[in-house]
Amino acid sequence: MSIAQSLLEIVLEAGQQHQLKQVKTIRLQVGEMAAVVPESLTFCFNLISENTIAAGAELEIENIPVVARCSDCGTLFEVENLSFICPQCQAPALELVSGREMSLLNIEGETGDQNGSVEDTGGTEHPAGQ
Amino acid sequence: MVQLKIPVVQNILQANERLAAANRQRFDELGIFAINLMSSPGAGKTSLLEQTVDGLAGRLRMAVIEGDLQTSNDAERIQRKGVQAVQINTDGGCHLDGNMIQIALDALDLKDLDLLVIENVGNLVCPAEFNLGEHEKVTILSVTEGDDKPLKYPLMFQISSVLIVNKIDLLPYIDCDIQKIRDHARQLNPHQHIFEVSCRSGKGLESWLSWLEAKVAEKRKNKA
Repeated sequence: MSIAQSLLEIVLEAGQQHQLKQVKTIRLQVGEMAAVVPESLTFCFNLISENTIAAGAELEIENIPVVARCSDCGTLFEVENLSFICPQCQAPALELVSGREMSLLNIEGETGDQNGSVEDTGGTEHPAGQ
Repeated sequence: MVQLKIPVVQNILQANERLAAANRQRFDELGIFAINLMSSPGAGKTSLLEQTVDGLAGRLRMAVIEGDLQTSNDAERIQRKGVQAVQINTDGGCHLDGNMIQIALDALDLKDLDLLVIENVGNLVCPAEFNLGEHEKVTILSVTEGDDKPLKYPLMFQISSVLIVNKIDLLPYIDCDIQKIRDHARQLNPHQHIFEVSCRSGKGLESWLSWLEAKVAEKRKNKA
């Protein structure tokens, strides 16, 4: 619930900055090891966003696989069955490269302006690691 | 009507991370070693704390922050032993966060302190996501909870540098393979320190206390 609350605060702030009247879509990245169940996050978000500009917004959640780097040989590998052992040299891998993400990527919405164009506010899009 | 796509690219828990970093800085400046003690309800967090307070009496100066949904029973249990303790009631919240710790720190006398133990709310899920500014995360798992817990709650066991396996005095009466707990935990975190203890009989506690002492000494050396 407090994760949904933090998300709503960030979305409302970004929405106000860009004078959105209605937020339609919220795109997120959530790592497979993050302690977040997408369905619960969506449920909580829908509850607390009532009567805000984010009411009814759709949460698009991209799952990020768990990737680790071997501390000995540097091999990057996708962690399967939660085994943090390097498939190359069997050494323990301590560095988690991805899989704990809980990041907001972008939001889409409508302003109250009357021309019918679609605008992209630009800026480079890149996934936010932790 | 203009359709806008706005890049935000922000860690959702950024606000908490900032507060945790501020807490951490405060601990470092004061030379205090801080741990975040986590487990499911009833695994023995408060019992371990009581044993730790008794075992470290005269060896280290410590204080405790207690997190619970309701009641101040646990803080009172600790205070009765003559140790500073402050209670945080989360009123239903399932974890502590950086802000709660910041407020609780103001209620403690941090001068001349060696060790701060933060006892999180009993829960193996959400506390794993919220850094408090601690130096090490310590998870307690009691053998009665079953040997499959590390794989069911992987994040908690992956991020914890210490695993305390409690209630080992009950092993003869239950079907729990302690080697499985070790194997699964090490699979998630190959460098984890694992202590097998019984808070009831006191077995195994001395190596946990020595680990704390070594960490405190390290912290002091870095400050000096």
